[in-house]
Amino acid sequence: MTPPTLIQVAMRNALRTGMILFAFATIATSLLVFTFNRTQPYIERSQQAAKLALLNQVLPHALYDNDLLDSHRVLAPDSRLGTRRPSTLWIARRNQAVTAVALEAIAPDGYSGDIQLLIGIDIHGRLTGVRVTEHRETPGLGDYIDRSKSPWIEQFAGKSIRLPAPQLWKVTKDGGAFDARAGATITPRAVVKAVGAALDYFASNREAILAPIPANKAAIAKENANDHRQ
Amino acid sequence: MITASEFKNLFQNGLDKQNAGLVQLLGLCPLLAISNTLVNALALGLATMLVMVFSSGAVSSVRNFVPHEIRIPVFVLIIAALVTVIDLFMHAYVHRLYLVLGIFIPLITTNCIVLARADAFASKNHPLHSVIDAFAMGLGLTMVLVVLGGLRELAGQGTLLSGLDLVFGETAKQFVLHVLPNYQGFLLAILPPGAFIALGLLIAAHNWNKARADQRAHTALLATA
Repeated sequence: MTPPTLIQVAMRNALRTGMILFAFATIATSLLVFTFNRTQPYIERSQQAAKLALLNQVLPHALYDNDLLDSHRVLAPDSRLGTRRPSTLWIARRNQAVTAVALEAIAPDGYSGDIQLLIGIDIHGRLTGVRVTEHRETPGLGDYIDRSKSPWIEQFAGKSIRLPAPQLWKVTKDGGAFDARAGATITPRAVVKAVGAALDYFASNREAILAPIPANKAAIAKENANDHRQ
Repeated sequence: MITASEFKNLFQNGLDKQNAGLVQLLGLCPLLAISNTLVNALALGLATMLVMVFSSGAVSSVRNFVPHEIRIPVFVLIIAALVTVIDLFMHAYVHRLYLVLGIFIPLITTNCIVLARADAFASKNHPLHSVIDAFAMGLGLTMVLVVLGGLRELAGQGTLLSGLDLVFGETAKQFVLHVLPNYQGFLLAILPPGAFIALGLLIAAHNWNKARADQRAHTALLATA
């Protein structure tokens, strides 16, 4: 028998290392699949809980008795909401009657990029609450719009598009009704403007937004939601 | 088995002589980015330590089956799998802390201190030694992170343990220490440059301490001679 050629030795080595790599990849993948399946229900539950906790900050719990996460519709992109992609609107109902909505809006002219907002509005057009959900404003300077940093954002609750008057929907520095800290006015200016525009959007689309979702459509929406959960 | 002096040696290396944060200066990206509060620093430190202990144990157990030329891909595979497992667990059970640490948990995979210990130590030593080495190294890194996080939080916002509620729920808010009441805040300490400056000060303190110890040993040697 002739000794194996160099190329045969190389082939054998390559096959061997390939098999070993494959074995490790298989073990690692099984470990990941196992962990993923074990943790997935908990991850989904905590994600839903986090979403609901956020919605509860802008929609007082007394306003609704329905399953908020299940009762939502999609809004087309609109310049007054600052959205470039479809956004979500959650509908709060109490004893079947719509009491308030929560919608997503974007303040595009912050100091550094988009400021994502969640805005709660009751059926009379009054703000029930506003929260910043995502922003990249300067830490320690413009980030006081974040509720975890300061209560500044609370001043919107109870305001509406006519109270204060439309021309007062500005920061105090610009002659408006909303205070802002010296040295960082760009950020609150953007937020005030975006909240005002969202109220304006709600006022002019009120009928369409509050119209009951047709029964068959609601069923489809529910089915979709269920599909999503699986 | 491991002897007492080996054990002591591993800990001395991990905590002091070869400290990842102060001497080896490995894996500094997450260290600098997430050390803005004590709780964040501690959480990332513990997660890194956990990954190091498990990956060193795993690498050391399979070290005789892994051909030399594919050892790095195999080690990275093991580390990445373990990090993903920890990432999933944190997402499921400490969701709010997970949101704060965000991308820095998956980034533990690329933290060179983890791969460095796997390749330089665990691939050549018994699993028991490797696990202890990883634990000591991780503990050393966590300690530096905690001191750095504490310093930056204190200088930056005058508190300690803020954000504890992210781990233990709302009731933990009362444990936040407002060390400096009515503190106006010091922005630089919270921003990334503050991390570099604070780490520089820590390294200087460590070096000064070492120089003094060397000096003392030198004088003692001269005295006996």
